[in-house]
Amino acid sequence: MARLVAADVPDGAYVNLGIGIPELVAQFVPDGREVIFQTENGLLGMGPAPVLGTEDPELINAGKKAVTAISGAAYFHHADSFAMIRGGHIDICVLGAMQVSAEGDLANWSTGEADAIPAVGGAMDLVAGVKKIFILTEHTTKAGEPKIVACCTYPLTGKAVVDRIYTNLAIIDVTAEGLAVREVAPGVSFAEVQEKTGAKLTDERQIPKTSGVNKDL
Amino acid sequence: MINKRAASVAAAVADIHDGATVMIGGFGEAGSPIELIHALIDHGARNLTVVSNNTGSGRVGLAALIANGQVAKMICSYPRSTNSMVFPELYRKGCIQLELVPQGTLAERIRAGGAGIPAFFTATSVGTVLAKGKELRSFSDRDYVMEYGLRADFALVKAEKADRHGNLVYNKTARNFGPIMCMAARTAIVQAKEFVEVAGIDPENVVTPGIFVSRVVVVAQPAQESQLVKEGRCYP
Repeated sequence: MARLVAADVPDGAYVNLGIGIPELVAQFVPDGREVIFQTENGLLGMGPAPVLGTEDPELINAGKKAVTAISGAAYFHHADSFAMIRGGHIDICVLGAMQVSAEGDLANWSTGEADAIPAVGGAMDLVAGVKKIFILTEHTTKAGEPKIVACCTYPLTGKAVVDRIYTNLAIIDVTAEGLAVREVAPGVSFAEVQEKTGAKLTDERQIPKTSGVNKDL
Repeated sequence: MINKRAASVAAAVADIHDGATVMIGGFGEAGSPIELIHALIDHGARNLTVVSNNTGSGRVGLAALIANGQVAKMICSYPRSTNSMVFPELYRKGCIQLELVPQGTLAERIRAGGAGIPAFFTATSVGTVLAKGKELRSFSDRDYVMEYGLRADFALVKAEKADRHGNLVYNKTARNFGPIMCMAARTAIVQAKEFVEVAGIDPENVVTPGIFVSRVVVVAQPAQESQLVKEGRCYP
Protein backbone atom coordinates (compact mmCIF):
# COMPACT_ATOMS: atom_id res chain seq x y z
CA MET A 1 0.00 0.00 0.00
CA ALA A 2 2.79 2.40 0.95
CA ARG A 3 4.48 1.57 -2.36
CA LEU A 4 1.32 2.46 -4.29
CA VAL A 5 1.06 5.81 -2.51
CA ALA A 6 4.74 6.54 -3.16
CA ALA A 7 4.22 5.80 -6.88
CA ASP A 8 1.67 8.65 -7.00
CA VAL A 9 3.99 11.22 -5.39
CA PRO A 10 5.51 13.29 -8.21
CA ASP A 11 9.06 14.54 -8.48
CA GLY A 12 9.55 17.79 -6.57
CA ALA A 13 6.60 17.30 -4.22
CA TYR A 14 6.58 18.57 -0.63
CA VAL A 15 4.97 15.86 1.48
CA ASN A 16 3.88 15.46 5.09
CA LEU A 17 3.47 11.90 6.38
CA GLY A 18 1.18 11.10 9.30
CA ILE A 19 2.36 9.11 12.29
CA GLY A 20 2.43 5.29 11.93
CA ILE A 21 1.85 3.38 8.67
CA PRO A 22 2.01 6.53 6.46
CA GLU A 23 5.65 6.97 7.58
CA LEU A 24 6.48 3.89 5.44
CA VAL A 25 5.78 5.83 2.24
CA ALA A 26 9.19 7.52 2.49
CA GLN A 27 10.93 4.18 1.92
CA PHE A 28 9.26 3.59 -1.45
CA VAL A 29 9.87 6.84 -3.36
CA PRO A 30 10.84 5.63 -6.86
CA ASP A 31 14.42 6.23 -7.99
CA GLY A 32 14.96 9.47 -9.81
CA ARG A 33 12.33 11.46 -7.90
CA GLU A 34 13.30 14.12 -5.37
CA VAL A 35 10.59 14.34 -2.72
CA ILE A 36 10.97 16.62 0.32
CA PHE A 37 9.37 15.45 3.56
CA GLN A 38 8.12 17.99 6.08
CA THR A 39 7.58 17.15 9.71
CA GLU A 40 5.35 19.64 11.51
CA ASN A 41 7.59 19.95 14.55
CA GLY A 42 9.94 22.08 12.49
CA LEU A 43 11.97 20.31 9.79
CA LEU A 44 11.77 20.43 6.00
CA GLY A 45 14.01 17.77 4.49
CA MET A 46 13.49 14.93 6.93
CA GLY A 47 15.74 11.94 6.21
CA PRO A 48 15.59 8.32 7.36
CA ALA A 49 16.04 7.07 10.93
CA PRO A 50 19.61 7.52 12.23
CA VAL A 51 22.12 4.72 12.69
CA LEU A 52 21.60 3.07 16.08
CA GLY A 53 23.57 4.95 18.72
CA THR A 54 23.64 8.27 16.82
CA GLU A 55 20.09 9.38 17.75
CA ASP A 56 19.72 13.05 18.76
CA PRO A 57 16.80 13.70 21.14
CA GLU A 58 16.56 17.21 19.66
CA LEU A 59 16.16 15.91 16.09
CA ILE A 60 12.82 14.10 16.01
CA ASN A 61 9.70 13.78 13.88
CA ALA A 62 6.05 14.44 14.69
CA GLY A 63 5.79 10.94 16.16
CA LYS A 64 8.65 11.96 18.50
CA LYS A 65 10.98 9.39 16.93
CA ALA A 66 14.62 10.15 16.11
CA VAL A 67 15.19 11.13 12.47
CA THR A 68 17.94 12.71 10.37
CA ALA A 69 18.05 15.87 8.28
CA ILE A 70 19.02 15.58 4.61
CA SER A 71 21.57 17.94 3.12
CA GLY A 72 19.65 21.07 2.15
CA ALA A 73 17.21 20.69 5.07
CA ALA A 74 15.78 23.63 7.03
CA TYR A 75 14.66 24.06 10.64
CA PHE A 76 11.94 26.52 11.64
CA HIS A 77 9.59 27.35 14.48
CA HIS A 78 6.04 26.04 14.87
CA ALA A 79 4.20 29.06 13.44
CA ASP A 80 6.31 28.89 10.25
CA SER A 81 5.78 25.14 10.10
CA PHE A 82 2.02 25.49 10.27
CA ALA A 83 2.11 28.41 7.82
CA MET A 84 3.52 25.84 5.36
CA ILE A 85 0.63 23.51 6.20
CA ARG A 86 -2.27 25.96 6.63
CA GLY A 87 -1.06 28.29 3.89
CA GLY A 88 -1.38 25.61 1.21
CA HIS A 89 2.34 25.16 0.57
CA ILE A 90 2.48 21.39 1.18
CA ASP A 91 1.44 19.31 -1.85
CA ILE A 92 0.43 16.00 -0.30
CA CYS A 93 -0.34 14.69 3.17
CA VAL A 94 -0.73 10.96 3.82
CA LEU A 95 -2.79 10.10 6.89
CA GLY A 96 -4.35 7.09 8.56
CA ALA A 97 -8.09 6.90 9.18
CA MET A 98 -10.66 5.50 11.53
CA GLN A 99 -13.44 6.37 9.07
CA VAL A 100 -13.78 8.12 5.70
CA SER A 101 -17.19 9.09 4.34
CA ALA A 102 -18.53 9.06 0.79
CA GLU A 103 -18.15 12.85 0.77
CA GLY A 104 -14.53 12.74 1.89
CA ASP A 105 -15.14 13.54 5.55
CA LEU A 106 -12.34 12.16 7.69
CA ALA A 107 -12.42 10.89 11.28
CA ASN A 108 -9.00 9.96 12.61
CA TRP A 109 -8.41 11.65 15.97
CA SER A 110 -10.97 10.52 18.53
CA THR A 111 -13.41 7.72 19.26
CA GLY A 112 -15.51 10.24 21.14
CA GLU A 113 -15.69 7.91 24.16
CA ALA A 114 -16.40 9.72 27.40
CA ASP A 115 -13.27 8.62 29.27
CA ALA A 116 -10.84 8.97 26.35
CA ILE A 117 -8.19 11.68 26.63
CA PRO A 118 -8.87 13.93 23.65
CA ALA A 119 -5.70 14.64 21.64
CA VAL A 120 -5.77 16.21 18.17
CA GLY A 121 -2.20 17.28 17.37
CA GLY A 122 -1.82 18.67 13.85
CA ALA A 123 -4.41 16.50 12.05
CA MET A 124 -7.08 19.20 11.67
CA ASP A 125 -4.50 21.70 10.36
CA LEU A 126 -3.16 19.21 7.81
CA VAL A 127 -6.56 18.32 6.34
CA ALA A 128 -7.61 21.98 6.23
CA GLY A 129 -4.48 23.27 4.53
CA VAL A 130 -2.61 20.65 2.49
CA LYS A 131 -3.45 20.56 -1.26
CA LYS A 132 -4.12 16.80 -1.51
CA ILE A 133 -5.08 14.45 1.31
CA PHE A 134 -4.32 10.76 0.74
CA ILE A 135 -5.59 8.18 3.21
CA LEU A 136 -3.64 4.99 3.75
CA THR A 137 -5.60 2.42 5.73
CA GLU A 138 -6.80 -1.16 6.01
CA HIS A 139 -10.12 -1.44 4.19
CA THR A 140 -11.96 -2.61 7.31
CA THR A 141 -11.43 -2.53 11.06
CA LYS A 142 -9.91 -5.51 12.87
CA ALA A 143 -13.48 -6.62 13.58
CA GLY A 144 -14.31 -6.49 9.85
CA GLU A 145 -16.45 -3.32 10.00
CA PRO A 146 -16.17 -0.99 7.00
CA LYS A 147 -13.94 2.07 7.50
CA ILE A 148 -15.29 3.67 4.33
CA VAL A 149 -18.84 4.63 5.26
CA ALA A 150 -21.80 6.69 4.09
CA CYS A 151 -21.44 8.99 7.06
CA CYS A 152 -18.76 9.08 9.81
CA THR A 153 -19.96 8.21 13.30
CA TYR A 154 -16.70 9.22 15.03
CA PRO A 155 -15.90 12.93 15.62
CA LEU A 156 -14.64 14.53 12.40
CA THR A 157 -11.11 15.75 11.71
CA GLY A 158 -12.39 17.67 8.71
CA LYS A 159 -15.34 17.83 6.30
CA ALA A 160 -14.92 16.95 2.61
CA VAL A 161 -11.13 16.90 2.85
CA VAL A 162 -10.06 13.49 1.48
CA ASP A 163 -8.96 13.18 -2.17
CA ARG A 164 -7.90 9.55 -2.46
CA ILE A 165 -8.02 6.37 -0.34
CA TYR A 166 -5.45 3.56 -0.59
CA THR A 167 -6.45 0.32 1.13
CA ASN A 168 -5.33 -3.30 1.03
CA LEU A 169 -8.23 -3.94 -1.39
CA ALA A 170 -8.49 -0.90 -3.66
CA ILE A 171 -7.57 2.64 -4.64
CA ILE A 172 -10.63 4.87 -4.43
CA ASP A 173 -11.01 8.52 -5.43
CA VAL A 174 -13.42 10.84 -3.68
CA THR A 175 -15.18 12.71 -6.50
CA ALA A 176 -18.08 15.14 -6.73
CA GLU A 177 -20.16 12.18 -7.95
CA GLY A 178 -19.13 9.88 -5.10
CA LEU A 179 -16.53 7.17 -4.50
CA ALA A 180 -14.84 5.92 -7.66
CA VAL A 181 -12.78 2.72 -7.59
CA ARG A 182 -9.66 3.25 -9.72
CA GLU A 183 -7.86 0.00 -9.00
CA VAL A 184 -8.38 -3.25 -7.08
CA ALA A 185 -5.70 -5.44 -5.53
CA PRO A 186 -4.67 -8.61 -7.39
CA GLY A 187 -7.23 -11.37 -6.85
CA VAL A 188 -9.87 -8.97 -5.49
CA SER A 189 -13.13 -8.29 -7.33
CA PHE A 190 -15.06 -5.02 -7.46
CA ALA A 191 -17.99 -6.86 -5.85
CA GLU A 192 -15.84 -7.83 -2.87
CA VAL A 193 -14.61 -4.25 -2.41
CA GLN A 194 -18.22 -3.02 -2.56
CA GLU A 195 -19.31 -5.67 -0.05
CA LYS A 196 -16.70 -4.50 2.48
CA THR A 197 -17.53 -0.82 2.00
CA GLY A 198 -20.30 1.04 3.83
CA ALA A 199 -21.00 3.44 0.95
CA LYS A 200 -21.87 3.08 -2.73
CA LEU A 201 -18.88 2.67 -5.08
CA THR A 202 -18.70 3.07 -8.82
CA ASP A 203 -16.42 0.91 -10.91
CA GLU A 204 -14.17 3.31 -12.80
CA ARG A 205 -11.14 1.11 -13.26
CA GLN A 206 -10.80 1.99 -16.95
CA ILE A 207 -10.97 5.79 -16.78
CA PRO A 208 -8.30 6.81 -16.15
CA LYS A 209 -5.83 4.05 -15.35
CA THR A 210 -3.94 4.43 -12.07
CA SER A 211 -2.10 7.52 -10.86
CA GLY A 212 -1.77 10.66 -12.89
CA VAL A 213 -4.03 12.07 -10.18
CA ASN A 214 -1.25 14.47 -9.28
CA LYS A 215 -0.01 15.47 -12.70
CA ASP A 216 -1.23 18.97 -11.99
CA LEU A 217 1.02 19.46 -8.97
CA MET B 1 24.02 48.34 30.33
CA ILE B 2 21.67 45.59 29.34
CA ASN B 3 22.45 42.27 30.94
CA LYS B 4 19.61 39.76 31.02
CA ARG B 5 21.63 37.00 32.59
CA ALA B 6 20.10 35.60 35.77
CA ALA B 7 22.29 34.06 38.46
CA SER B 8 20.40 30.77 38.77
CA VAL B 9 17.30 28.93 37.60
CA ALA B 10 15.78 29.68 41.03
CA ALA B 11 16.36 33.43 40.62
CA ALA B 12 15.02 33.27 37.05
CA VAL B 13 11.59 31.94 38.08
CA ALA B 14 11.31 33.66 41.50
CA ASP B 15 8.53 36.10 40.51
CA ILE B 16 6.14 33.58 38.89
CA HIS B 17 2.97 34.17 40.87
CA ASP B 18 0.03 31.96 41.81
CA GLY B 19 -2.56 31.98 39.04
CA ALA B 20 -0.05 32.94 36.32
CA THR B 21 -0.34 31.80 32.71
CA VAL B 22 2.93 30.11 31.77
CA MET B 23 3.92 29.01 28.27
CA ILE B 24 6.36 26.11 28.29
CA GLY B 25 8.33 25.31 25.13
CA GLY B 26 9.00 21.87 23.76
CA PHE B 27 7.55 19.24 21.49
CA GLY B 28 7.79 16.07 23.52
CA GLU B 29 11.20 16.27 25.13
CA ALA B 30 12.80 18.28 22.31
CA GLY B 31 13.12 21.83 23.62
CA SER B 32 11.53 21.11 26.99
CA PRO B 33 13.19 23.41 29.58
CA ILE B 34 13.44 20.76 32.30
CA GLU B 35 15.69 22.70 34.69
CA LEU B 36 13.41 25.79 34.61
CA ILE B 37 10.35 23.58 35.18
CA HIS B 38 12.05 21.90 38.15
CA ALA B 39 12.92 25.35 39.54
CA LEU B 40 9.23 26.25 39.22
CA ILE B 41 8.36 23.11 41.20
CA ASP B 42 10.82 24.16 43.94
CA HIS B 43 9.38 27.68 43.83
CA GLY B 44 5.86 26.32 44.31
CA ALA B 45 3.57 28.75 42.43
CA ARG B 46 0.12 27.18 42.14
CA ASN B 47 -3.12 27.43 40.21
CA LEU B 48 -1.16 27.91 36.98
CA THR B 49 -2.54 27.84 33.46
CA VAL B 50 0.10 26.13 31.33
CA VAL B 51 0.30 26.43 27.55
CA SER B 52 2.41 23.65 26.06
CA ASN B 53 2.01 21.25 23.13
CA ASN B 54 2.07 18.12 25.33
CA THR B 55 1.68 17.25 28.99
CA GLY B 56 5.05 15.65 29.70
CA SER B 57 6.15 12.09 30.30
CA GLY B 58 7.13 10.03 33.31
CA ARG B 59 7.37 11.98 36.56
CA VAL B 60 9.89 14.65 35.60
CA GLY B 61 9.65 18.05 33.89
CA LEU B 62 6.15 19.16 32.91
CA ALA B 63 4.57 15.90 34.11
CA ALA B 64 6.13 16.49 37.55
CA LEU B 65 4.80 20.07 37.66
CA ILE B 66 1.31 18.69 36.95
CA ALA B 67 1.74 15.82 39.42
CA ASN B 68 2.74 18.36 42.07
CA GLY B 69 -0.73 19.91 41.80
CA GLN B 70 0.52 23.28 40.54
CA VAL B 71 -1.41 23.29 37.25
CA ALA B 72 -5.13 24.10 37.22
CA LYS B 73 -5.52 24.13 33.45
CA MET B 74 -3.62 22.91 30.38
CA ILE B 75 -3.95 24.50 26.96
CA CYS B 76 -2.42 22.01 24.52
CA SER B 77 -2.85 19.99 21.33
CA TYR B 78 -1.76 16.52 22.37
CA PRO B 79 -2.08 15.65 26.07
CA ARG B 80 -1.26 12.00 25.49
CA SER B 81 1.94 10.21 24.58
CA THR B 82 4.08 7.26 25.47
CA ASN B 83 4.93 7.30 29.19
CA SER B 84 2.33 9.97 29.87
CA MET B 85 0.32 8.90 32.91
CA VAL B 86 0.13 11.94 35.16
CA PHE B 87 -2.16 14.12 33.07
CA PRO B 88 -4.61 11.37 31.99
CA GLU B 89 -4.98 10.26 35.60
CA LEU B 90 -5.77 13.76 36.94
CA TYR B 91 -7.97 14.59 33.94
CA ARG B 92 -10.12 11.48 34.46
CA LYS B 93 -10.51 12.43 38.15
CA GLY B 94 -11.62 15.93 37.12
CA CYS B 95 -8.65 17.49 38.93
CA ILE B 96 -7.31 19.42 35.93
CA GLN B 97 -8.97 21.37 33.11
CA LEU B 98 -8.09 20.94 29.45
CA GLU B 99 -8.49 23.33 26.54
CA LEU B 100 -7.73 21.22 23.47
CA VAL B 101 -6.43 23.26 20.51
CA PRO B 102 -5.30 22.00 17.09
CA GLN B 103 -1.51 22.27 16.95
CA GLY B 104 -1.37 24.84 14.12
CA THR B 105 -4.09 26.91 15.75
CA LEU B 106 -2.15 26.77 19.02
CA ALA B 107 1.01 27.99 17.28
CA GLU B 108 -0.85 30.73 15.41
CA ARG B 109 -2.70 31.86 18.56
CA ILE B 110 0.66 32.22 20.30
CA ARG B 111 2.22 34.01 17.31
CA ALA B 112 -0.79 36.32 17.05
CA GLY B 113 -0.68 37.08 20.77
CA GLY B 114 2.96 38.04 20.47
CA ALA B 115 2.29 40.20 17.42
CA GLY B 116 -0.56 42.20 18.98
CA ILE B 117 -3.29 40.47 16.97
CA PRO B 118 -6.32 39.79 19.22
CA ALA B 119 -8.04 37.27 16.93
CA PHE B 120 -7.91 35.73 13.48
CA PHE B 121 -9.85 33.35 11.22
CA THR B 122 -8.67 29.87 10.19
CA ALA B 123 -10.14 26.95 8.25
CA THR B 124 -8.70 24.48 10.76
CA SER B 125 -11.40 22.67 12.79
CA VAL B 126 -14.36 23.99 10.75
CA GLY B 127 -17.10 21.36 10.83
CA THR B 128 -15.65 19.60 13.89
CA VAL B 129 -16.47 19.61 17.62
CA LEU B 130 -13.49 21.91 18.26
CA ALA B 131 -15.27 24.71 16.34
CA LYS B 132 -18.42 24.43 18.45
CA GLY B 133 -19.57 27.74 19.90
CA LYS B 134 -16.98 29.72 17.94
CA GLU B 135 -17.76 32.53 15.51
CA LEU B 136 -17.81 31.43 11.84
CA ARG B 137 -17.21 33.72 8.87
CA SER B 138 -17.15 33.01 5.18
CA PHE B 139 -14.45 34.46 2.93
CA SER B 140 -14.46 33.67 -0.81
CA ASP B 141 -16.99 30.86 -0.26
CA ARG B 142 -14.98 29.05 2.39
CA ASP B 143 -15.86 28.90 6.08
CA TYR B 144 -13.41 29.96 8.75
CA VAL B 145 -13.55 29.89 12.54
CA MET B 146 -12.43 32.75 14.77
CA GLU B 147 -9.62 32.00 17.21
CA TYR B 148 -8.15 34.33 19.81
CA GLY B 149 -4.52 35.34 20.15
CA LEU B 150 -2.88 33.91 23.24
CA ARG B 151 -0.63 35.81 25.65
CA ALA B 152 1.07 34.71 28.83
CA ASP B 153 2.61 36.18 31.95
CA PHE B 154 5.71 34.03 31.58
CA ALA B 155 7.37 31.72 29.08
CA LEU B 156 9.93 29.02 29.92
CA VAL B 157 12.07 28.24 26.88
CA LYS B 158 15.16 26.18 26.10
CA ALA B 159 17.77 27.55 23.69
CA GLU B 160 21.21 26.50 22.54
CA LYS B 161 23.02 29.84 22.69
CA ALA B 162 22.25 33.25 24.17
CA ASP B 163 24.01 36.57 24.71
CA ARG B 164 23.43 39.26 27.36
CA HIS B 165 20.89 41.00 25.07
CA GLY B 166 18.81 37.85 24.99
CA ASN B 167 19.48 37.04 21.34
CA LEU B 168 18.89 33.32 20.86
CA VAL B 169 19.89 30.41 18.66
CA TYR B 170 18.18 27.03 19.03
CA ASN B 171 19.15 23.44 18.28
CA LYS B 172 17.43 21.57 15.43
CA THR B 173 13.81 20.55 16.15
CA ALA B 174 14.15 21.76 19.76
CA ARG B 175 13.29 25.22 18.36
CA ASN B 176 9.57 24.40 17.91
CA PHE B 177 7.47 26.73 20.13
CA GLY B 178 10.41 28.65 21.65
CA PRO B 179 10.54 31.71 19.36
CA ILE B 180 6.78 32.37 19.38
CA MET B 181 6.43 31.79 23.13
CA CYS B 182 9.19 34.33 23.78
CA MET B 183 7.12 36.80 21.71
CA ALA B 184 3.83 36.09 23.47
CA ALA B 185 4.98 36.25 27.10
CA ARG B 186 5.38 39.45 29.10
CA THR B 187 8.40 37.83 30.76
CA ALA B 188 10.28 35.24 28.69
CA ILE B 189 12.72 33.17 30.72
CA VAL B 190 15.30 31.21 28.74
CA GLN B 191 17.68 28.45 29.74
CA ALA B 192 20.59 28.28 27.30
CA LYS B 193 23.36 25.72 27.05
CA GLU B 194 25.89 28.34 26.16
CA PHE B 195 26.28 32.05 26.98
CA VAL B 196 28.31 34.00 24.44
CA GLU B 197 29.70 37.52 24.14
CA VAL B 198 27.50 40.04 22.30
CA ALA B 199 29.42 39.53 19.08
CA GLY B 200 29.21 35.76 19.49
CA ILE B 201 26.08 35.32 17.38
CA ASP B 202 26.13 36.56 13.79
CA PRO B 203 23.14 38.97 13.46
CA GLU B 204 22.15 37.04 10.31
CA ASN B 205 21.76 33.91 12.43
CA VAL B 206 19.78 35.30 15.37
CA VAL B 207 16.51 33.33 15.57
CA THR B 208 14.89 35.14 18.50
CA PRO B 209 15.92 38.82 18.74
CA GLY B 210 16.72 39.84 22.33
CA ILE B 211 13.78 42.26 22.59
CA PHE B 212 11.49 39.23 23.13
CA VAL B 213 13.59 37.85 25.99
CA SER B 214 13.69 39.04 29.61
CA ARG B 215 16.04 36.61 31.33
CA VAL B 216 18.69 34.11 30.40
CA VAL B 217 20.12 31.47 32.68
CA VAL B 218 22.89 29.09 31.70
CA VAL B 219 22.24 25.37 32.02
CA ALA B 220 25.32 23.94 30.39
CA GLN B 221 24.33 20.28 30.62
CA PRO B 222 20.55 20.01 30.56
CA ALA B 223 19.00 16.70 31.52
CA GLN B 224 17.24 14.75 28.78
CA GLU B 225 13.68 13.86 29.66
CA SER B 226 13.69 10.42 28.02
CA GLN B 227 16.86 9.51 29.92
CA LEU B 228 15.33 10.54 33.28
CA VAL B 229 12.15 8.60 32.45
CA LYS B 230 14.19 5.53 31.49
CA GLU B 231 15.98 5.74 34.84
CA GLY B 232 12.60 5.92 36.59
CA ARG B 233 13.43 9.33 38.08
CA CYS B 234 10.83 11.37 39.88
CA TYR B 235 11.00 15.11 40.68
CA PRO B 236 11.27 16.42 43.34
